[in-house]
Amino acid sequence: MMELAHFPLLSRYAECMMWLARYMERMENLARLLEVTETFVRDAEGQTAWDSIVSINSDENLFSRLHPDGTSADAVPFYVTEIGNPGSIRSMAHAIRENARAVRPLVSTELWTHLNVFTRWLLELDETSVQTSSLSGLCGRIRQECQTHYGIAEGTLYRDQAWLFYRLGKHLEGCDQITRLVDIRYHMLLPQGEVPGSAIDITQWTSVLRSAAAHHSFRRLRPVTVTPANIVGFLLKNEGFPRSLSSNLRQIDDVLSLLANHAGLYGLCAPLQECLDELRTTLSDQTAGDIILRGLHDYMSWVQTRLASTQNAIADTFWPSVPTAVTQVALQVQE
Amino acid sequence: MSSAKPHTLSETTPAGLLDGYQVPEFFCELMNRKGPMPEALNRVRSRLAAMDVAELRKRTASAEAQLYSMGITFTVYSNREAIDRILPFDAIPRIMTAQEWSHIERGVQQRIQALNLFLHDIYHDRKVIQDGIIPAELVLNNPNYCEAMVGFKVPGGVYVHVNGTDLIRDMDGRFLILEDNARTPSGVSYVIENRHMMLRLMPDLASGLPVRSVEEYGPRLHQTLCEVAPEGVMNPQVVLLSPGIYNSAYFEHVFLSREMGVPLVEGRDLFVENHRVYMRTTMGPKPVHSIYRRLNDEFLDPLAFNPDSLLGVPGLIDAYRRGNVTLANALGTGVADDKAVYAYMPRIIRYYLGEDPILDSVETHICAEEEGLAYTLANLDKLVVKPVGESGGYGLLIGPQASKAELDEFRQKLQKDPSNYISQPVIGLSVTPTLCPDGVEARHVDLRPFALTGRSVWVLPGGLSRVALRKGSLVVNSSQGGGSKDTWVMAS
Repeated sequence: MMELAHFPLLSRYAECMMWLARYMERMENLARLLEVTETFVRDAEGQTAWDSIVSINSDENLFSRLHPDGTSADAVPFYVTEIGNPGSIRSMAHAIRENARAVRPLVSTELWTHLNVFTRWLLELDETSVQTSSLSGLCGRIRQECQTHYGIAEGTLYRDQAWLFYRLGKHLEGCDQITRLVDIRYHMLLPQGEVPGSAIDITQWTSVLRSAAAHHSFRRLRPVTVTPANIVGFLLKNEGFPRSLSSNLRQIDDVLSLLANHAGLYGLCAPLQECLDELRTTLSDQTAGDIILRGLHDYMSWVQTRLASTQNAIADTFWPSVPTAVTQVALQVQE
Repeated sequence: MSSAKPHTLSETTPAGLLDGYQVPEFFCELMNRKGPMPEALNRVRSRLAAMDVAELRKRTASAEAQLYSMGITFTVYSNREAIDRILPFDAIPRIMTAQEWSHIERGVQQRIQALNLFLHDIYHDRKVIQDGIIPAELVLNNPNYCEAMVGFKVPGGVYVHVNGTDLIRDMDGRFLILEDNARTPSGVSYVIENRHMMLRLMPDLASGLPVRSVEEYGPRLHQTLCEVAPEGVMNPQVVLLSPGIYNSAYFEHVFLSREMGVPLVEGRDLFVENHRVYMRTTMGPKPVHSIYRRLNDEFLDPLAFNPDSLLGVPGLIDAYRRGNVTLANALGTGVADDKAVYAYMPRIIRYYLGEDPILDSVETHICAEEEGLAYTLANLDKLVVKPVGESGGYGLLIGPQASKAELDEFRQKLQKDPSNYISQPVIGLSVTPTLCPDGVEARHVDLRPFALTGRSVWVLPGGLSRVALRKGSLVVNSSQGGGSKDTWVMAS
């Protein structure tokens, strides 16, 4: 890695790169979730259980406010076109676009051109685009466009600090998404009073794996029995699966080390790295079985709280509202 | 953007691109040079003749789709909506010989030297006023005159670092200066992007021709900003200061900061402490030395000017006046590109340089002067009357094209506020073959060359050729339905 210290990065650019990546990751996950839910997730009456998505995103309050008499099916436009929902595809497309415009001087023209066309298409989506018949096609295309974006980013972005903040955003969001998925689906799918290890509805559990694009990776482990514990273990702890919690945490750790060692931000990164070490240690020290026994929901909540405070600490460190004393930095520049 | 068109004769019968072209009485850049035809033009003509209108239309549509996808756009706001518009692109290039260009280049260099000397003078000794070359009130009461610049010595004596000179050609093909743009001229990004588009679109049109490159602009701009940085700074930090993503010229700001390899900053990214300017980075504050600002004077610093401006940087002007940071262009340059001051430019050039102007100006009547007003009122139907403070082609009257009611209405406006207007004869602007809904037709064109001034004046070969897409229209501004063309300057 080149000497990043020679390339100071505007704080605003760092912030926008991070949010660009976060929203992109969030949107991709939402598209996957909608696609899988439509196909595989049914309630007791065999209806598509759209409201499970509302739970995963903790949107119960907003959803019932915007749709007081809403049915489960209202969740689809709520997540695709609803402007009043900051977590809808359209709102996120807007956020991605604004962030992309801000960092446009920095990113490759190929990356910008793709984002320009992609987000413009998303912003033009209307009610007709969310009819159930076309939903899976729509979500499939969104997922592919997100992947095209990652490919262009991987292949063309200059490896400076901006790239590191981009990765930081992508993987923080990856952690957030996988913990939400595991937390909510686990509790929905585990019948009341059942204990881990008992017979489960294989179709429903497979859908959880599919939502995370983990179905075939999981098959390759050829588990003797499919239990909630080994699915949870795979999603949280598998080092080979790129969307697992542990993989995402490892990536964040990697980025922080690069920022600390190559960008001359050692002092700034140390507290962040400590916070991250704690997260990684608690995860590697426990089996999925331990986690479930001690309380999966509590652990997931704890992880999420830690992730949120990491995000806040990053903001306070790299884009403080009041800049740190000039004199100190002016001295550093002289060196 | 050209709309799809039902079949026309030129489309159904495959014919050379220029076959149906009606050569007008005006000077035509490609077809009626009123003299011997330069060799390069002959070659381009025969290559264009081998193409047909349908083919050109297809290529143009693809070019415009690409410009839209790449976001080479300006933003227009209507109600609450932001609409991205491309500058319509015409694929038939506008060509200039080496000889024509060297004349323009020398004329622009002379003009900018005079502009800088004039600005220095009016903010210091005001000899030009004392010697009776220009009326004092035209300078001192000018809305763009900037009190903060009085007695302030700008680095290298340069006020106008980036200048756009609007040129037109008359019936005989003579180049005339129509306007100086010495504040924050825009359009240079289109010069360079048009070239890229042209090379993709018509890769063989220029083959074998010595077309001069436009790629140098970004590095030259950066070099200029380094040259005028405060003295004693070894590796000056240059930034481009933009109003931000909602500004209609944001694409150009992005383009230029990318071409220079420097950060595009907004006011909130900068702050002033101990009279020095810093940008907020992930590694803490970093000193900034040279600012290419694309923000008008009055928004730069809420402490010095408009206190409501959220776009600027509090304390910036103070840091500037202490010589800790350079602003390009300097403050208060708007006096020099004023439409009324324009009338005095030939005299200003002679005064400072002791030379005749290399490029002529358009004969101008100043309505603030009794004689000028009387002449203008008497000949309103033959003149172009322009408000002095407007740009973008707004608020002007083109006498010969106006109705009687329009003339009467304008006469009243003029009498009410004469000092707000100047008038000029209508120039039969040169034309160039342009793809139009009914085929390739003659359309009026102008030229805006861009010049950079640090230690010396450098002019980007070519410039922005703007085309009035409406038949007969003399107004080329993008805000008034203008398009643009790639401009080729021949090296020999």
